[in-house]
Amino acid sequence: MNAMAAQRWNFWGGIITALTLVWAILWAFPLYWGVISSLKPDDEVVRPYIELWPETPTLENYIAALTTTQIGTWYINSVAVAVGVTVITIFISMLCGYAISQLRFPGRIALWWLILASFMVPISALIINHFVLVANLGLLNSWAGIMLPQLIHPVIIIVYKQFFDQVPKDFREAAVMDNASEFGILFKVYMPMNWGVTTALSIVCFIWTWNAFLWPFLSVTRTEMMTITVGITQVNDAFGVYYARQLSAAVLAGLPVALAYLFFQRRVTEAITLSAGIKG
Amino acid sequence: MLRNSRTERLVALVLVAPFLAIYLLAFVYPTVQMFRISFTDAPLIGAGRWVGLDNYLRLDNDPMFRRAVWNTAYFVLMTVVPGTLIALLIALGVSRLKGRFQAIVLALFFLPYILPVSVVYLIWDWTLNFQFGIAMHVLDWLGISRVPVFKSRVWFLPAVAGVTIWWTAGFSILLFLAGLRSISAEIYEAAALDNSTRWTTFRRITWPLLWPITSLVLTIQLILQLKIFDQVYLFSIGGRPNDNMVLVYYVFQKAFQQNQGGRAAAVAVTLFVLVVVVSVLQFQLLRFAERRRR
Repeated sequence: MNAMAAQRWNFWGGIITALTLVWAILWAFPLYWGVISSLKPDDEVVRPYIELWPETPTLENYIAALTTTQIGTWYINSVAVAVGVTVITIFISMLCGYAISQLRFPGRIALWWLILASFMVPISALIINHFVLVANLGLLNSWAGIMLPQLIHPVIIIVYKQFFDQVPKDFREAAVMDNASEFGILFKVYMPMNWGVTTALSIVCFIWTWNAFLWPFLSVTRTEMMTITVGITQVNDAFGVYYARQLSAAVLAGLPVALAYLFFQRRVTEAITLSAGIKG
Repeated sequence: MLRNSRTERLVALVLVAPFLAIYLLAFVYPTVQMFRISFTDAPLIGAGRWVGLDNYLRLDNDPMFRRAVWNTAYFVLMTVVPGTLIALLIALGVSRLKGRFQAIVLALFFLPYILPVSVVYLIWDWTLNFQFGIAMHVLDWLGISRVPVFKSRVWFLPAVAGVTIWWTAGFSILLFLAGLRSISAEIYEAAALDNSTRWTTFRRITWPLLWPITSLVLTIQLILQLKIFDQVYLFSIGGRPNDNMVLVYYVFQKAFQQNQGGRAAAVAVTLFVLVVVVSVLQFQLLRFAERRRR
């Protein structure tokens, strides 16, 4: 009886595994289809039947996308903005998280509430006043202007604070005994312990910023200042009905984040679960 | 332990200063300003006259605002619960797999989440293209007549909801997987010894133990989908944005296309309050889940 039950269990288990696999392939199919279509010459793309592999694979769409749009410039803008936001956000969040976790000072509780408050607020509701602010600072159509509102990532401070909270107090006390300075303690004792978290948070912060759409879309009107995520949607007219070229631009825009994910899969998933308030 | 409290305060000040400067400038100040101009008739840039609650009272019989609220609610209805259930099903399937194989299958489900919205837009705009999209070939093959999905009043929001579920499910799947991993194997072994069926095991063990995660995923999804804009904007290019109006889109239209900063701010405040209420709820849930674990 028991053996039969176990066998039935395995049979259905096999079916579920097979279904999961089929589902996964169907799920990822539009991605595959987008990439494959971008490798087809114009006449093949619009054929009235399904061709899962290009008859004559070509890079001509990529060449056209690179030469007829400012995609290179958009790439530079995206890299500059994403790196800038990541470095600044990680830096201020780590310092602030450390101070709130390890130091006692007046206003500490108020500060923590400010962070929690900003965590609960929809940043996209602030677009009007972000625009006014950045316009008044004369930063529309600039890297600094695209970056400024995107520096609000309270969740990163929260993750850092929770991490510093878990470090046993002995480390700090031993270091204080050794007459280490407060900055020495942070950079020589705590930082090395948090290297994993810092890498993970940096990667997702980069991905979030690279993918941002609404704010870069609002704060930039000049084509040469666009980030790539905005750029590829604003030049449809330039391509007309060249679907394959649009898709090759899309592939180029998605490639850096897709690669970042595939290379650092474990780190990315770790940081994303951490940022949701779940400790793995 | 002796602490030199004056040095400590000074160090704290230095460490906190950059954060404080940026948050005061880019978060506190814009928030205060948003509330302030929502009581004025200001244009997008420039000062306005104080009009009291006028902007809010107007919303009451503004058909476009009503449509935005209704469409946002409709969109939330089509994405939050269905998206969470789909993610749960996928997570249950993926969690049975082992090692490398699991990593690959998870990557297939997760990849869309990592992509920018504009890439997601271009891929689906192509897949569902009325003339050449592969989905239309499939419809032809099934003998169903083609639908101009993103030009259709009826199909627009359901289609965007479907694309959104496809795009964001990866995140929920990750949270569910983390939750499933934290349920100890011993409980399942005990259930297997009792000859418990798959369904009973799920209903009696997995579902209740997973509930804190499920409620977390539901609230995160709810907050995310209330703020829907990007996909609706992109898929509406060359279509009918006014039919597909959602809350953030209305803020955008009023402020940036009709130059009515004050009235747009009133809509923004409405959204703001809505999301804060849900977020406070989420925060309480998290604390509750945390306490249960201890």
